[in-house]
Amino acid sequence: MSLTHYLVLAAILFTIGAVGVLVRRNAIVVFMCIELMLNSVNLTLVTFARASGTLDGQIMAFFVMVVAAAEVVVGLAIIMSIYRTRRSASVDDANLLKY
Amino acid sequence: MDTVPADGLLAASWLLIALPLAGAAVLLLGGRRTDRWGHLLGTGTVVAAFVLGLLCTFALDGRQVDVDLFTFAATGSLDVQAGLLYDPLSAVFVLLITGVGALIHVYSIGYMAHDPRRRRFFAYLNLFIAAMLLLVLADNFVALYVGWEGVGLASYLLIAFWHERPSAATAAKKAFIMNRVGDVGLALAIFVMFAQLGTVTFEGVFGSVGVLAGGTVTAIGLLLLLGACGKSGQFPLQAWLPDAMEGPTPVSALIHAATMVTAGVYLIARSAPIYDQTPTARAVVLAVGAVTLMIGAIAGCAQDDIKKVLAYSTVSQIGYMFLAVGLGPAGYVAALAHLLTHGFFKAGLFLGAGSVMHAMNDSVDMRRYGGLASKMKVTFVTFGLGYLALIGFPFLSGFYSKDAIIEAAFDRGDGWGYVLGAVAILAAGLTAFYMTRLMLLTFGGRPRWEDGVHPHESPSVMTVPMIVLAVGSVLAGFLLVVAFPLEEWLAPVFGEPEGAEHVVAPLVVSVLVTLVMVLGAGTAWLFVGRREVPLTAPVRVSPVVRAARRALYADTVNESLFMRPGQWLTRALVFVDNRGVDGAVNGLAATLGGSSSRLGRAQTGFVRSYALSMLGGAVVVAGALLAVTAG
Repeated sequence: MSLTHYLVLAAILFTIGAVGVLVRRNAIVVFMCIELMLNSVNLTLVTFARASGTLDGQIMAFFVMVVAAAEVVVGLAIIMSIYRTRRSASVDDANLLKY
Repeated sequence: MDTVPADGLLAASWLLIALPLAGAAVLLLGGRRTDRWGHLLGTGTVVAAFVLGLLCTFALDGRQVDVDLFTFAATGSLDVQAGLLYDPLSAVFVLLITGVGALIHVYSIGYMAHDPRRRRFFAYLNLFIAAMLLLVLADNFVALYVGWEGVGLASYLLIAFWHERPSAATAAKKAFIMNRVGDVGLALAIFVMFAQLGTVTFEGVFGSVGVLAGGTVTAIGLLLLLGACGKSGQFPLQAWLPDAMEGPTPVSALIHAATMVTAGVYLIARSAPIYDQTPTARAVVLAVGAVTLMIGAIAGCAQDDIKKVLAYSTVSQIGYMFLAVGLGPAGYVAALAHLLTHGFFKAGLFLGAGSVMHAMNDSVDMRRYGGLASKMKVTFVTFGLGYLALIGFPFLSGFYSKDAIIEAAFDRGDGWGYVLGAVAILAAGLTAFYMTRLMLLTFGGRPRWEDGVHPHESPSVMTVPMIVLAVGSVLAGFLLVVAFPLEEWLAPVFGEPEGAEHVVAPLVVSVLVTLVMVLGAGTAWLFVGRREVPLTAPVRVSPVVRAARRALYADTVNESLFMRPGQWLTRALVFVDNRGVDGAVNGLAATLGGSSSRLGRAQTGFVRSYALSMLGGAVVVAGALLAVTAG
């Protein structure tokens, strides 16, 4: 298992996440896709930490997880409140913030 | 010139200016409280100034006295000391201004008796007297300029005194603007003096003017002449003076006949050392004088407005004075003698005209006068004496002073001397014509009064000044030329009189002028006196008369040469301002506003499109980084 395999996997995961964010309408799914992108980045960080033999990347990955956890809390709360008022979890229905 | 510091009474000569100025300040700031006694205060300050001026003149004793007052402006190399120069020349003017001024103040008490704004009128008159005294007493060009602008302001305020009449407001604006053209010339002359000589005092400028290049002196001379032309209503800036007759008649008498309009003559006479250096500028002064005296005389012949006739006569007589000062040392004294006698008889004539207007319900149309000689005896006699003095009736004042100018013109000795002398004699004939016409139309013939006009003699507060001025008109010439020669009095300023050889014997000139005068008066009788006067001006007249009625098209020329192009220029500038400057600013704002609202459409509200643009941006940034690091 060389370095390249991990990086390619991370790239694939990131791409799936990015495409998911762009094409899916369900807010929960979009949210999961964002998590996927974050974790692909984590994977990259850990891979390079391992390759360079330092702990910096792993510590960075922990930070990302902590921030992601906080983000999930806030994000899900927002999605819940939007769902309660609009009876919909589609991201396209929350389109009032415009010109 | 050698000046001595002021002593005794002369050290207080600043009071001459301060008294009328204080009067004006009290009357203007005091408001309606001063309405009851304002005219008395205004008259009192001028009478006091006259008495003080008389005492100062007696104390003068042929010296030239400098009165240091205070530092007016000290900035770097320009150090202007406010000071007064009391010498025989200024003394003559002080007496004329305060003397005639006091008489006219007294007259105005009666003339303006029924005007609700009489106090304000006296305030402006006082302001004028103060500014005019500053003009003639200043010992440097900057202080002179302050007085020069002061009289311009007073003139403007007084012409527009009845500003509810559009014609008066327009005339005041015209006078102010045409004066401004001249004032620019005077200001530029002062700038040139300071730039070239570093000083603006009379003593400094006249002392060192000899070191300047000829062209510079000529430029100073011509610029001063431009200023003088503006103030004195000389060609090509003569058109404002007849219109200035819209002001109350005492104003016409004091400002636009006796004193302010002669300031140009004073300026040129005072600047004699400059003109001594520049024959070119002096020749232009001569030409201006000759042209103006003809224009004034011709235009005066065809006016039906009594004050306009007198105004064109003033233009013409000041032309005589310019002609005389343009002749150089030979003419200065003649010019000033004529200035003084003119101050008397023209002020008297205007006061008489005011008295006539008073009797005729303020009508100025001479065609509706007639037969007033028996109704207004005092006015008739005083006006008649002024008339005889003006046309140069033998042994009255105009006879002496005008003859002196004509003699001085012939004494040039060359061909131009004869031309100028002939022009001056011809104009004397025209003067006799238009003044006789005025007399016949006003006092002679049958009454042609409008309905409801009941002529009556004016109150004595008006007739007494007229009588005094009439006596002055009769005697001034004899006193100034024969009894107490002005020549000797002014010798400290203009040098000792030279017993010059006369080219044409004075007796011949006198006889010739008298003959022409009789001829002119006789012609006027032929045209006006012996036939019925039509109530409206005849329409079918020769082109000459038509041109004279319109003052030789001076207004037309001014309008087509300056006013219309000026209007076009302002209109073009307004267009450029609206479309160009405003257009650029408004256009920029509109462009920014439009593009921002168009860009705002990109804000769709769809989170996914934002995410796509973020992704696109990140890709671009990553691509750029790669390109930079790889390249």
